[in-house]
Amino acid sequence: MSVEVGWTGDAMSRVTIRVDGRIHAVKAGQNLLQAILSLGLRLPYFCWHPALNSVGACRQCAVKQFKDENDTRGRIVMACMTPVTEGMRVSVEDPEAKAFRKGVIEWLMLNHPHDCPVCDEGGACHLQDMTVMAEHSVRRSRFPKRTHRNQNLGPFLHHEMNRCIQCYRCVRFYRDYAGGRDFDVLGAHDRVYFGRHEEGTLESPFSGNLVEVCPTGVFTDKTFRKHYTRKWDLQFAPSVCPSCAVGCNTSPGERYGTVRCVLNRFNPDVNGYFLCDRGRFGYEQVNSDRRILKPLRRMEKKGTLVPVEAGTAFEGLPEGFSDPGRVIGIGSPRASLEANFALRTLVGPECFYAGVSSGEYRLTRTVLQIFREGTVRAPSVAEIEQCDAVVVLGEDLTNGAPRVALAVRQSVRNKPMERADRLAIPRWDDAAVRNCAQSEKKGPLLVATPSADSLDDLASWQYRAAPPDVARLGFALAHAVCPDAPAIADLSEGVQRLVDEVAQALVGSEKVAVLTGVGCGCEDVLRAAANLAWALKAREKDAYLYCALPERNSMGLALLEGQDLEAAFQLTGTSAPRTVLVLENDLFRRADVGTVTEFFDRVEHVVAIDCFETATTQQADRVLPSAPFTETAGTLVSAEGRAQRFFACLPPKEGVPDAWRWVRDMARCLGRSEILPWETLDDVIVSLAQALPAFEAVVRVAPPACFRINGQKIPRQPWRSSGRTALQAHRNLHEPAPPDDPDSPLAFSMEGCEGSVPDAVRPFSWTPGWNSASGSGGHTDDETNPEEASEVLLIGPGRDVVSPGRFFDLIPAAFERRPGEWLLVPSYRLFGSEELSALAPAIAERIEKPCLSLNTRDAEALGCGGGDEIRVTAGSRSFCLPLVIEPSLPAGVAGVPSGVSGLKWMALPQWGRIAPGGTK
Amino acid sequence: MGDCMERPLTRHLRPDLEPLSIEEYEKAGGYQAVRMTLREQTPQEVIGIVKDSGLRGRGGAGFPTGVKWGFVPSGPDVPSPKYLVVNGDEMEPGTFKDRLLLEGNPHQLLEGVILAAYAIQARVAFIFLRAEYGMAARRMRRAIEEAQVKGWLGRRILGTDFDLEVHVHGSAGRYICGEETALLNSLEGRRATPRSKPPFPLQVGLWGRPALVNNVETLCNIPAILNNGADWFKGLGRGGDAGTKIYGASGKVRRPGLWELPMGTTAREIIEEHAGGMRDGLALRGFLPGGASTRFLTDQHLDVKLDFGSVEKAGSRLGTGTMIVLDDRTCPVGLARNLVHFFAQESCGWCTPCREGLPWLVKILSALEAGEGQPEDLEILREQVGRIAPGHTYCALAPGAMDPLGSALDCFGDEFERHIREKRCPWKSDGRGTP
Repeated sequence: MSVEVGWTGDAMSRVTIRVDGRIHAVKAGQNLLQAILSLGLRLPYFCWHPALNSVGACRQCAVKQFKDENDTRGRIVMACMTPVTEGMRVSVEDPEAKAFRKGVIEWLMLNHPHDCPVCDEGGACHLQDMTVMAEHSVRRSRFPKRTHRNQNLGPFLHHEMNRCIQCYRCVRFYRDYAGGRDFDVLGAHDRVYFGRHEEGTLESPFSGNLVEVCPTGVFTDKTFRKHYTRKWDLQFAPSVCPSCAVGCNTSPGERYGTVRCVLNRFNPDVNGYFLCDRGRFGYEQVNSDRRILKPLRRMEKKGTLVPVEAGTAFEGLPEGFSDPGRVIGIGSPRASLEANFALRTLVGPECFYAGVSSGEYRLTRTVLQIFREGTVRAPSVAEIEQCDAVVVLGEDLTNGAPRVALAVRQSVRNKPMERADRLAIPRWDDAAVRNCAQSEKKGPLLVATPSADSLDDLASWQYRAAPPDVARLGFALAHAVCPDAPAIADLSEGVQRLVDEVAQALVGSEKVAVLTGVGCGCEDVLRAAANLAWALKAREKDAYLYCALPERNSMGLALLEGQDLEAAFQLTGTSAPRTVLVLENDLFRRADVGTVTEFFDRVEHVVAIDCFETATTQQADRVLPSAPFTETAGTLVSAEGRAQRFFACLPPKEGVPDAWRWVRDMARCLGRSEILPWETLDDVIVSLAQALPAFEAVVRVAPPACFRINGQKIPRQPWRSSGRTALQAHRNLHEPAPPDDPDSPLAFSMEGCEGSVPDAVRPFSWTPGWNSASGSGGHTDDETNPEEASEVLLIGPGRDVVSPGRFFDLIPAAFERRPGEWLLVPSYRLFGSEELSALAPAIAERIEKPCLSLNTRDAEALGCGGGDEIRVTAGSRSFCLPLVIEPSLPAGVAGVPSGVSGLKWMALPQWGRIAPGGTK
Repeated sequence: MGDCMERPLTRHLRPDLEPLSIEEYEKAGGYQAVRMTLREQTPQEVIGIVKDSGLRGRGGAGFPTGVKWGFVPSGPDVPSPKYLVVNGDEMEPGTFKDRLLLEGNPHQLLEGVILAAYAIQARVAFIFLRAEYGMAARRMRRAIEEAQVKGWLGRRILGTDFDLEVHVHGSAGRYICGEETALLNSLEGRRATPRSKPPFPLQVGLWGRPALVNNVETLCNIPAILNNGADWFKGLGRGGDAGTKIYGASGKVRRPGLWELPMGTTAREIIEEHAGGMRDGLALRGFLPGGASTRFLTDQHLDVKLDFGSVEKAGSRLGTGTMIVLDDRTCPVGLARNLVHFFAQESCGWCTPCREGLPWLVKILSALEAGEGQPEDLEILREQVGRIAPGHTYCALAPGAMDPLGSALDCFGDEFERHIREKRCPWKSDGRGTP
């Protein structure tokens, strides 16, 4: 688990402590609060947080410590600031300590409003829990409370400063942990204020975590507020974030068919306690009016799509539909493994196409090759956090894989923190450790990207260059680290110096992560990163290689080995398909409009399965509505290669089937049910594991639907004592049976097993007395077995290892700018570039206007300034964008927004012409 | 050794309190200690002399200065540079002794700074001054310029390997900056919030490097100690502590002021002889011996020797040695309210007892003063004093605020009860301070 171990180093060693007379063995090196919580004892706290550690500000976790058995008086100490030591004697129940803790709550309540009934935090409030725990109940102060003015912090967070209890967690998370700069603690004494220096949208991509970091209702989820319901009325599911390939674990909460919010679901290897804002606030996509709920059919060519009954969805499928080879399937990186596998099974592997652009297809194939043939595996997010050196090659992590960027922000602290170790300051003593570390060099961290990066503030070296030059830097570094890797002859002196310096720092480190990705669209960058990671491995470093991928199941789709979409477009004549099945995929985001339209015109029948209306569904002849991620279950494979299952949070709206069930039903309808004989998700999974050895481990990702605890299913709803069962009472006094869920061991009910459930199927986190997201409950001791966790990794060395020591040796030529042309590189934005999160109104509000970026001199040469309309032309494609000056971009390189809705698709990177002028 | 030798801190002060120029100071023997020490003594020897002299910190805590210097890490592995920081953030209510030294003879402090920096091998020194001490800052800066011209500061001082640069830093005006770790945070450009210890500033002080923080008056003693020796300094004290002390008295005494007197001078001598006794018609009711954050002593304690050990034995602290005298016509509840209000205002807002507890007490004390006290208020006051105790809070500010309040409750409890019983402040009714 991710709680920091102390300076004693040996995380496994134990010490014996005596708490209220009882002897316990607890992990050495931690603080007393962690130890007491890990024993399941109740000790209230506020400023401590398992990821933010101790600062001793709130004074809530006071306990009595006794010198020895003769000491009967003892003294009050703050548990969070006290290291556990062998033989220590403490008392939680000591009357003076209890009175003090009660008194701390009394102090906090002097100014905290009694507005629980109208507070969004009510019922899931750490302050409420702690108040009950500390037994404060009577207000003795007769004086008025202080009040504050609130700020509008943008579409994500609601601010209610009067509720603040000044635990300082928010500012410690926002600034110290996440590197934000536009939020701070202001003022002093009893008028301390947490906010921005002036009202405005919070800029950090991790701002939403304040909702869970805040122990009370100062920062609440503004999107939740628009359709608020109490936590105890929500229905949760163990889910996986659909907004990128990192695979953060989430708990979406639903009521009355509307998904209301997303909470972090603790996973020590992936997201820990934190999500990015796209992941947290993108959920409203499923409530979007672009949802498709009825099958649609075009009765005649070029006619309009009309809703039809589900039972008639397949009526009138054209003749010859079942002719082998005449039906092709196009899979999707946003569909589950199971749905993709179903489609692949129906059409046959040779007719299954990966529904990604040709460029992305090549890149992901390269990623697969690197992991299958190489010596280095991908790190978990937690492992990145533990690295003492990081190299970022070509990838804008903050926009493309935000949670990984947050991990990098922690990893750069590891080396500086060694000074605290030398001074015997425990690592959990956060303020002291940061104080000790400030004289030490951060990192080392190299950020080599085409343009300015959000991680630049931490970087030991920043390198700005066109993608081929970023690749060359990576190749050169690999050679400098290990001479077996191919050398580069013609490096400039300056770059060579940089290479030598970085290589020296890397060789002097222990755990090194090379982080790259498909974001800049350059295979050479991936290969260079692989060479560097392999070179480090050859030097016996703990080396890791992370390749960020764009979508939730990019890796899963790549492992299914479909064919290049381009090949489908080129099928003509006798091999031309008569029918195309498009699975949860908008092909207009994958290829040129003309190409897709022409392709659709060429085939007789386009069947699109999707949850949302897209340009593709509008062109399809038949549209089959599928369930979005909150209404279905399935498996996703993260960029790390980690297979994770997500489960339905609510029964599918209007009974829309899961995508894989549509495919199965289609097979049945065509009389081919023998190849898709599945009834439940587990049948599909077993079939997948049998059919493709790469997926053999997928059956073990989560317990099957038949899993029971004491003979009972796992409830999706928190227990409540009254009320919920009466919701339907105006219609029927009998309590309706909960809807059946054949695909999971979870029940759409509050009834079921009690107590602890396996992590993979835990819908929400709750322990008696700990109702809030910011309370840690039991999350303080080492509970996960690392070996069990690695079982769900589907890629990496050990599977198909080719002889180690083989490096990529095709080194790209140095970037040379072309007269009159620019290399157009994709610029991926946190908000807007991802397809479905953009449907969420709060995210939509944060999408910046798409712009073309050029460096200052290139813009001057064109006679243009910021804001001017610029025409970009590449091949036959052309569009206009306003110009934004980005001084960090190399000359001859232009940044073009990728994935932004409303902007026509263009293959990136590619060479293009840029000219001033708008509407020509 | 004439009379002047018994006042090593103030003997050079001019009657008009204008500062000495560098020439005047040198003529009076100034910088001799630097000349002699840098040429003839090793840093270790300097620390040894200061240890032997028995000098204890004059900022309030009274920690032995030489011992503290000896804790400064040295050797090749120590992050460099090391820093010397002079704590001139004199914001304790009733305390104004450092101001006298800063304004009256900035060169003497500077000489002490050079000697201390040499002893711990610091290359950079900061003089952190209270925001309101503008004149002190101007005079200090001028003294630094003069000393640079004369070669007492800068590179290779007196041809040795010793370099020193000195900066004056004006505080932004928070009392908590007198707490040394808050001062260091403030110098680094952060919020002036105290730090948790360990690490102590001697290990991790400024920007992660070792920093020694000493009070102005402490350092002003150094030149004379090195000139005259440890035994001479020890001989100056009358009681358990060495040297002299700048004592002060404020309140309704006839002649409030400051006097350099031997360590261990009694409260009676200071109040009755030097301050001229109470003003006409007033009697002494009590006094806070060392600034606002010490406990009240009463007329029974007038013969207590004002040194660190004796005052502690009497139940209070010597603190800064500048007493606030309470007379029998001033409302002790009002005085307590005034002081607690000051500390509540000056809380940094970091820990709960200080941030929330002190303002609550101010509200209760104000209610008492306004005649709105309630019987249970007294119980709450007493309980809070016990609860806001050392170790219960993050730093010493709030427990320091409880010292005058707690001791006022002990010594003048009947006054608090009277406020509640009579539903008014008995000292305020006619607006002239008479009942």
